[in-house]
Amino acid sequence: MQKLLLLGDEAIAQGAIDAGISGVYAYPGTPSTEITEYIQASKDAKENNIRSSWSANEKTAMESAIGMSYAGKKSLVCMKHVGLNVAADAFINSAITGANGGLVVLSADDPSMHSSQNEQDSRFYGKFSLIPVMEPSNQQEAYDMTRYAFELSEKFGTPVLIRVTTRLAHSRAGVERKEMLAQNEIKLPSDLKQFILLPSIARKQYDILLGKQDDFENDAETSGFNTLFDGTDKSLGIIACGLAYNYLAENYQDKELLYPVLKVGQYPIPVNMVNSLYESVDEILVLEDGYPLIEELLRGLLNKGKKVRGRMDGSIPASGELNPNKVAAALKLEVETGHTIPDIVQGRPPKLCDGCSHTDSFTALNEAMLDYSAGRVFSDIGCYTLSALAPLESINSCVDMGASITMAIGAADAGLIPSVAAIGDSTFTHSGITGLLDAVNTKSPITVIILDNSTTGMTGGQDSSAFGKVEEICKGVGVEEDRIRVIKPLRRHHEENLKVIREELEYNGVSVIIAKRECIQTLGRRMKEKARQKREVKTVK
Amino acid sequence: MKKDIILAGVGGQGILTIATVIGTAALLEGLQLKQAEVHGMSQRGGDVQSNLRISSGDISSDLIPEGKADLIISVEPMESLRYINMLDKNNGWLVTSMNPFVNIPNYPPVEDVLKAIWEVPRNVTIDAEKVAKEQGSIKAANIVALGAASPYLGIKYESLEHAIKKIFASKGEDIINLNLKALSAGKNYAVKKT
Ligand SMILES: Cc1ncc(C[n+]2csc(CCOP(=O)(O)OP(=O)(O)O)c2C)c(N)n1
Ligand code: SF4
Repeated sequence: MQKLLLLGDEAIAQGAIDAGISGVYAYPGTPSTEITEYIQASKDAKENNIRSSWSANEKTAMESAIGMSYAGKKSLVCMKHVGLNVAADAFINSAITGANGGLVVLSADDPSMHSSQNEQDSRFYGKFSLIPVMEPSNQQEAYDMTRYAFELSEKFGTPVLIRVTTRLAHSRAGVERKEMLAQNEIKLPSDLKQFILLPSIARKQYDILLGKQDDFENDAETSGFNTLFDGTDKSLGIIACGLAYNYLAENYQDKELLYPVLKVGQYPIPVNMVNSLYESVDEILVLEDGYPLIEELLRGLLNKGKKVRGRMDGSIPASGELNPNKVAAALKLEVETGHTIPDIVQGRPPKLCDGCSHTDSFTALNEAMLDYSAGRVFSDIGCYTLSALAPLESINSCVDMGASITMAIGAADAGLIPSVAAIGDSTFTHSGITGLLDAVNTKSPITVIILDNSTTGMTGGQDSSAFGKVEEICKGVGVEEDRIRVIKPLRRHHEENLKVIREELEYNGVSVIIAKRECIQTLGRRMKEKARQKREVKTVK
Repeated sequence: MKKDIILAGVGGQGILTIATVIGTAALLEGLQLKQAEVHGMSQRGGDVQSNLRISSGDISSDLIPEGKADLIISVEPMESLRYINMLDKNNGWLVTSMNPFVNIPNYPPVEDVLKAIWEVPRNVTIDAEKVAKEQGSIKAANIVALGAASPYLGIKYESLEHAIKKIFASKGEDIINLNLKALSAGKNYAVKKT
């Protein structure tokens, strides 16, 4: 077949389509978003009725996928690394229930925090929940491993985790497709109690999971995704996981690599392979584009064995993404340097688009907050988090999705009254609603500003689960009707918006201000599309 | 054949279009390629950059090693300097538009930026917006910059033309011709100047 030029994300999507999935469940999050977007736009997916609309959050996505697996069909769940924290309860318990139809979970990590709050390494989740993990090193492997993950999942009746990082997710290369496999027919588990995790059943299921560990490890030794390359220079042995293998190879473009190398792409760690390498060399260098998972295990608590180098001994910086130069330094190769960057180069931080509704909302809020001491605005995650930067400098927190409302509750309980929460519409339905319910139940004196721009702006404008529902949800949760105020964040409405905000800040109970105006990026795209359709209708006539 | 190229600019300036043109042309010539893009914040005026690697052999890393890039193509002068550490000190070319995109309060004086660029051995600076306007639209400034870099790409000029025709096919003849003219004007400028 002809090669396709695909992002790592797209290769995973195509791999899943060709593996015969019946559905993908996901909540957007950089760098994982393009997987689901690719499936949503795919002709093959449409023809084969693969369901692909966005879920409200990662937990609902994970649970829906478990449901599809229960019914015997293959499903993919995608999220960014912090999304796996949200889905963790369902994810870890799915290891105990096991899978019926193929169940593959993709988590996209972001070392160097290009667009995230932390750089957690999802491989630890795989180890924690005792399931196999795949870690591709390039786009072709991303495709092949996704297909293989479904095979593995059904062979052993287990969910399988795929871990990628930003660099692979967002890098393009040629990928060769294989034939497209059929979807499964509906077929319930042979044991209809398998998914009931009552303690008595859970204990049995957990023993089953423990019993599969040897099979998982054997598979990692034999699948071909872990390879031990022998070498003649035994002074050093190298373990290179996922993408790190490329950075190693990059440093040996024009010279021969004489050290033995273990290329790792599948976990649990292939212990026999690691042992062969360990026994044959004087010293080990572990290259991992994330936390030191293998390195820490090899080194052990007391570090009394052979010398193990990597992130923990400073051979590689403890934080941040790997790159060819860091690997060269760890190998004690000569590291090339370029020109020095002149001092006149200034940072160009991202900012709210010109005309963004959030600017008008925060301009009004800033003015209203002048009546109180500083430090009362708890924010959430979205484009509006950029209001932390100059010139607005409106907010005081951004911890995890949904934390604005709940942190405001805690601060108000501590006596910081009024406390304000600022949250986007998509974040509100992701995990703000339950917090609002808490506030209503305790009559917390907080003011919640829901920045409703009808989209998930930060990740590129995906449909928001909150679309057209924000007011009704607030009423349903129990916010008093006259304490739900809708404003239109526009400069010319500044004075009246300011008045509304001031009134609600003064109110000693839960109030919600819905600042409602569409994101201008999605508005622009919608208008363009409308014009295009109009043109098409004309030419058809 | 092996070329490592850094593309630089500000979100919305069309550097991914440059990458697509070069990438398509490279595929037409049967070359391999890897292209690491920056996604996410680009629509909001931040700096964007892409690592594009093309080669007749296998390519390992998605990232170009520091000090090894053969070429920097930038649509904005200060952005061209942000990645100057990536450029091969002995052989690399820096090709950039001279038109500053000022969306920060502390943007340095343009003269200082240009002075720093002119100190880089093997540089080409071009008023891409003016040249693009002369060809019909300022929107083609990115393709003008690509044209100015075309002599150093190691890809046949005809392949770039072919790629433009392919990529802009859905946008109609006018857009194709505008971009072909922009490419050619950029190239002529670079050839004349160096
Ligand atoms: C658990 C988790 N999932 C996903 C993300 C990625 N993410 C950051 S902000 C955001 C959505 C923002 O949408 P919204 O709240 O509507 O605000 P907007 O960007 O439109 O202003 C997403 C999906 C994240 N940071 N954490
Ligand atoms: S993408 Fe939309 S929500 Fe985000 S900054 Fe731009 S206009 Fe505002």
